[in-house]
Amino acid sequence: MDVILRIFWGFLSTVLFGGLLGLGLAVASRKLKVEKDETVEALDGVLPGLNCGACGYAGCGGYAEALAAGKDEDLTKCKPGGAVALAGIGKILGVEVDTNAVRMVAYVHCLGKEGVASRSYNYEGLEDCNAATVLFSGDKDCKYGCLGLGSCMNVCPTNAIRKTGDGLVVVNPDLCISCGKCVDICPTGVMRMIPEDADFVVACNSRDKGKLTKSNCKVGCIACKICEKKFPEAGYKIQDNLSILGYDNRGPGRAEAVEKCPAKCIIPYREVKIEEASSAG
Amino acid sequence: MSYFAIVITYIFISNLILAQFLGLCPFIGVSKNVESAVGMGFAVTFVMSIASLVTWALYHLILMPLGLAYLQTIVFILTIASLVQLVEMVVQKYSPVLYKALGIYLPLITTNCAVMGIALINIKSGYNVLESFTAGIAAGMGFLLAILLMSAIRVQMETERVPRFLKGAPIAFISGGLMAMAFMAFDNSLLNNLVG
Ligand code: SF4
Ligand code: SF4
Repeated sequence: MDVILRIFWGFLSTVLFGGLLGLGLAVASRKLKVEKDETVEALDGVLPGLNCGACGYAGCGGYAEALAAGKDEDLTKCKPGGAVALAGIGKILGVEVDTNAVRMVAYVHCLGKEGVASRSYNYEGLEDCNAATVLFSGDKDCKYGCLGLGSCMNVCPTNAIRKTGDGLVVVNPDLCISCGKCVDICPTGVMRMIPEDADFVVACNSRDKGKLTKSNCKVGCIACKICEKKFPEAGYKIQDNLSILGYDNRGPGRAEAVEKCPAKCIIPYREVKIEEASSAG
Repeated sequence: MSYFAIVITYIFISNLILAQFLGLCPFIGVSKNVESAVGMGFAVTFVMSIASLVTWALYHLILMPLGLAYLQTIVFILTIASLVQLVEMVVQKYSPVLYKALGIYLPLITTNCAVMGIALINIKSGYNVLESFTAGIAAGMGFLLAILLMSAIRVQMETERVPRFLKGAPIAFISGGLMAMAFMAFDNSLLNNLVG
């Protein structure tokens, strides 16, 4: 009986005490209220509230304050908020904004899955690409490809990235909010941002000479220049032994280049993503 | 224990961070640059000294007489959290400049186990009011010392070539551990030498 009473009193007094403190705080917050800046509050309202830090501030609040104070002129820094946030910011600050820019999404420019890209040794360690690169820049012969250990996965705030099970990772463009964190953390630079409505991608990142690329990976870009030479209008450009696809002017021949590419590293964007993502389960 | 001994004890010998491993989240989280580390250090010192006073009074004037001493942990949690909230409001109202400087750190202290730690240690050691207060300040200064040293190390580390997977928090924890080992040199013999 004694124990039950003790518990009862303990419970009661704690509840009372907590209630009292809460009440005190409520009163205090009334009394000590400070007027908040209205612009900041409004801006905070239109920003997505993800606090991802893509804008370069600690969180959405910091960006809102900088914008309101005129300390930051660049209204487009909130990539995750996209067109909606941009329109909102423009309206509040009374500035014309262009909301038609296409959303960028991350893409892993690599097809070197298990059995396609050769390995120089067997990495058995921390499941982390950055840890793996400490050992001879990773276990792939190709130093530019996806290591498939998923450092990017761990930093992605929206879980847009998945492992495929055969040594690669894929980004789901519908979930990607273009914060760019994965691009920053990836040690090989194989992730780059492409427009969401991309038609084709050159799915390789190898800057090695053609011959070396070929010995390292069955689907690496060997910089044969066929895409660039045969379809000068199509937007393929060889830089550093790698074909880079431009997305601004999509001239004729983009699709034909897919057929002509001897390495088969040019692929249609969305179709491949769906097929690969489903194998990821 | 003399006041001097208390001060030496909580700054060097049982430094809350380096000897008792309390309050590690602000220790790692806010030590990226010296300026914010100092801000955090003083904010913690301030809160710790007030919390020591309040919790002492609460325990000895209310909980003990009513025979509710077993409630100390939960009551202290409530008290410290509300106290920090209140301090935050007061500072925001009366000193916006100080609020700007401390603003982000104050909420962090609400749930800082080091504050809770010193409150409980005070009770356990049977200090009187003034001794508790002194212990609070000293523990805060110990925190300040540790976080200041840490921030200095981390600023240096920015320019070093740290392997990428150790960058940031991991290497900070490793250096923190090494620092804790160094602080093991301060033990009770230091006190005996000083106060005899
Ligand atoms: S994209 Fe980069 S970080 Fe992600 S698994 Fe591939 S190599 Fe690792
Ligand atoms: S981490 Fe990469 S994939 Fe994930 S949301 Fe950001 S940009 Fe998109």
